[in-house]
Formats: sequence, structure tokens, C-alpha cells
Amino acid sequence: MPLDMTADMAKPTPALVSVNGVTLQYKTPDHLVTATYQVSFQIDAGDRLVLLGPSGCGKSTLLKSIAGFHAPVEGDIRLKERVITHPGPDRMMVFQEFDQLLPWKTVLHNVAYPMLVNGVAQDDALARARDAISKVNLIKFCDVYPHMLSGGMKQRVAIARAMAMRPDVLLMDEPYAALDALTRRKMQDELLSLWNDTQFTLVFVTHSIEEALVVGSRIVVLSPHPGQVRAEVHCHHLDHTMRETEAFQSLAKRISSMLFDDADIAGGHS
Amino acid sequence: MTRRPEFERHVTMPKALGDVAKKLSIGERIVNHAWVRRVLILLVIACAWEFYARWLQNPLSFPTFFDTITALWDGMVSGIIPLRLSITLQTLIVGYALGLFVAAILTSLAVTTRIGTDILSTLTAMFNPLPAIALLPLALLWFGLGRPSLVFVIIHSVLWAVALNMHSGFLSVSETLRMAGRTFGLTGLRFVTGILIPAAFPAILAGLKIGWAFAWRTLIAAELVFGVSSGQGGLGWYIFENRNTLDTASVFAGLLTVMGVGLLVEGVIFRFIEAKTIRRWGMQRG
Repeated sequence: MPLDMTADMAKPTPALVSVNGVTLQYKTPDHLVTATYQVSFQIDAGDRLVLLGPSGCGKSTLLKSIAGFHAPVEGDIRLKERVITHPGPDRMMVFQEFDQLLPWKTVLHNVAYPMLVNGVAQDDALARARDAISKVNLIKFCDVYPHMLSGGMKQRVAIARAMAMRPDVLLMDEPYAALDALTRRKMQDELLSLWNDTQFTLVFVTHSIEEALVVGSRIVVLSPHPGQVRAEVHCHHLDHTMRETEAFQSLAKRISSMLFDDADIAGGHS
Repeated sequence: MTRRPEFERHVTMPKALGDVAKKLSIGERIVNHAWVRRVLILLVIACAWEFYARWLQNPLSFPTFFDTITALWDGMVSGIIPLRLSITLQTLIVGYALGLFVAAILTSLAVTTRIGTDILSTLTAMFNPLPAIALLPLALLWFGLGRPSLVFVIIHSVLWAVALNMHSGFLSVSETLRMAGRTFGLTGLRFVTGILIPAAFPAILAGLKIGWAFAWRTLIAAELVFGVSSGQGGLGWYIFENRNTLDTASVFAGLLTVMGVGLLVEGVIFRFIEAKTIRRWGMQRG
């Protein structure tokens, strides 16, 4: 056994997604903005990786880059060792905005559509869609159009749509930021129980330390202007029930001091 | 420190309070239908018309409502109005379809290339303010008396309004929806038909309605101006012809037919499409 372990450590299994020295830039009408600078991290299968940072740390841009919307100017992002060049259904994304569902399709067909587009047979796609919708407890709403759903329900449909596709990695861009606190907490629990069912790989962007600790198994803390990796923290042992515990609070404090110290430095320079 | 005491209480069961929802009376429910109120207004107008015409006693300038309806009935039974109408509608459909086709091409150019956008915005800025009917003399010069001239004018009346609406519709499709479509793996034409067209459908439908309204009015006007060639006159020609023979009741009958078709298309066909699409999808309230 010990021999096996050393062998594993000497030659680690390649990561599912690897982000290697990625620098991202985007243009505004007046400026060329550097969103992230030489960011590197690895995502293994079954990880719940949270990208955490204040606004302006490029976490959303980084996520969109993993999705394939944004090519790095330096470094590369690989999924199963292939460089990501464009968006694809192997990296389904859940957005923050509620208008990500197609208003002209019912809940069932919204969830089935990406599968149909990618050549899954109609019956199979509808069965998988129903299965995913029942997992997010919306089976009663299969034939309803998105405009009749509340914000939280729309996000759950979006999650079901992404999960039904069985992507290699599920990308979530502050999916609960526009929800009220009670709904948000319920949705976080629901996401965790979904993960307990199928152990999918998740990349989750948020600016809330508490959300990061609850949802994530690993947190990549990013500093702002431009985004750089400040720390990588483990938090797979924490959930909602431990909110009041010493371990939870001290980790939250540690992360918040990282973020606020950096903010002070950045403020001092400018 | 507040002086108000805390309390917690059980609410009364709704049944004890009587009916929470109560049905409106029959009269109130009938008047709540828009069409009932409209029919009432129409009846009032018809009565006023009849009494005024009888009092005026001048059928050459203002026939009675009854005479007009009789003329309309006669025109329908003899087949002359349906014939004229079908000629008008044929021309209209050809012109409308061609106009939409050219608008679709111009818009696809405009959403895919920057030079296409420039071409579209320049052309619409130039031609949109120009009433299509103003091109009729030129069309007669180029294409002669007959259907090609009419079709040319209709294309012109449909094209710019529709292209403008389609283009702004495509531009207003949200970035989130576009990105969602791309993560499904949609590209090119499949992206346009799967995401852009349905997402822009409210604007496209508005364009189709405006295009229809322009085309219908323009066509009747154009037919009035130069009427007929080789016995192929439309509804406008029917009105013109009857004015020449001072059959004023038939002129009124022709006008009623023009209104009727306009109402039918705008109030029934387009409304039906709206109800089945954008209202059902919650993209327009109603």
C-alpha cells in the first residue's frame, strides 16, 4: 500500500481541466483591460471548485474562458488534455441571469433541447430531461413556459438543463446572486444533494465567502486588478450545518483577510 | 424601547368570512368582452349613417347604409367583388413575399458583416421616409402598366420597415441567450434559426404587421391611380370604376371590403399568430 501511494504521488493522474498560466484581456472602447494574469489551477473529476474573489478579479471572465468564449492571450486551458478553443456541450454553463432559458420552449423542451441539438434521440432526450427535472423537484412544471416560473425555479431549470446533458464539467457563473437569501440557501443545499447523487465536476464562481465555503470542496481565491491566484483552500468538510462552528468562522476570517488586505494594497497603489 | 406589545394569533379560516371569490353578474361579464362593446359601437354608427342618409336624400353623394349593404351583397353574389379582391390579393402576396425575401437577405448580411450593417442602415435611412406610392410614376415608366409596377411598389413599401424591425430584433437578443445557444454547440445557420429568429420574433412579427399595413394601403392607392390593364383590375379599380358611373353605393361597398380585409388580416390572422407565439411565451403581455 505505501508503495502504491508513493507511485501515485510521483506520477499524479492528469487533471480533468487544467488552467495553465492563463492571462486574459478584453477591450473596452478606451482601454485594453487585463482581467487575469498568469492564473494556474487544476480541476479533478468530482471537484466542486469555487473561484472566489471581489468584483474585478476576472473570475467571470476566467469561467467564460473555460467555457470557450474567450481565448487567453497567454497560456492555455485544457479539458482532458485537449486545448479549449470554442464553446461546446461538454462544458454546459449556468448563468446568473434569469433570461438564459428559451422563452419559446416549455420547461421540458428547454431541458431536452441541447440534447436534441447534439443528436440524442428524441425519446431518450425527453426521458433524460424528465429525470433531470424531477431531480430539481419541478416535474409538475414540465409543460409550463419559463415566464410563469419564479427566479429560483428558472435557475433550477437551467441547472437541470446543464446536468441532463451530462457534461464533463458544469460551469456556474454566480447562479444564485440574483436570488433572495432564503431561496439561495435552499438552492445551495439542493445543489449539494444533487452532487451527492452523481458526483459531477463543478466550477462555481461567487463573490460570497460563505457561499464558497458551503458549496465548494476547494476554493481558488483570486486577488483583483488583474486577477491572480492568491490561495487555494480546502473546504470539503464544511456545509450549512457548520455555519456557526469555529472551523467555518476561522476559515471565513482567513479568506476575508486575504481579500481585504489585497484590496488595501491595491487601494494604496492607486 | 417600543411600547407596542408582542403578539401571535391564529388567522380565521377563509370560509368563515364568506366567499373569497365571487362571480360577477351576467351583465358585467358580457360588457367585459371587448368585441361586445365594439359591436355596439358599430351598431350605433350604422344607425346614425342610415338616418343621416335618409334625411339628406342624395344617393349620388351619400347612399344609405341599407343601399351600401345591398350593393355589397350584390357585388359578392355576382362574383365581381371576390374577383377584384382575388386579383388584388394575388398581387399583394407576390409583392409581400418578395419584399420579405429581400428583407431577410439584407438583414442576414447586416447581422453577419459590418459593411452589411452600413448598407442596411444607409438604405433604410434613405428609403424609409419615401412613401412607396411616390415611386409609382417611375415604376410605370420602367415596367409599364400592369402587375410588375404594382409589385415593385409593394416590395418597396414592405422591404424597409421589415428589414429595420428584423435587424433591431436580432440586435436586441440578450448576450446570455446567445451564450447559452453557443454552449449547446449551435453555430452558423442553426444558431440563427434555433436562437436568433425565435428570440427576435416579437420584433420580426411587429415588422411583418407594419409591412402588411404599408403594402395593403399602398396597393389600393396604386390601383386607384392607374387602374386596370387587360381586364385585370383589383379592388382599387372597382372603386374607381364605380365612381365614374356614379354608382356611389358600390364605391362604399368597395371601401367596406378594403376595411374588412384589413381588419381580418390585422385583427384575426396576426392576432392568432401573436396568441400562439409571443403571448404564449410571455414575450408580450396580453
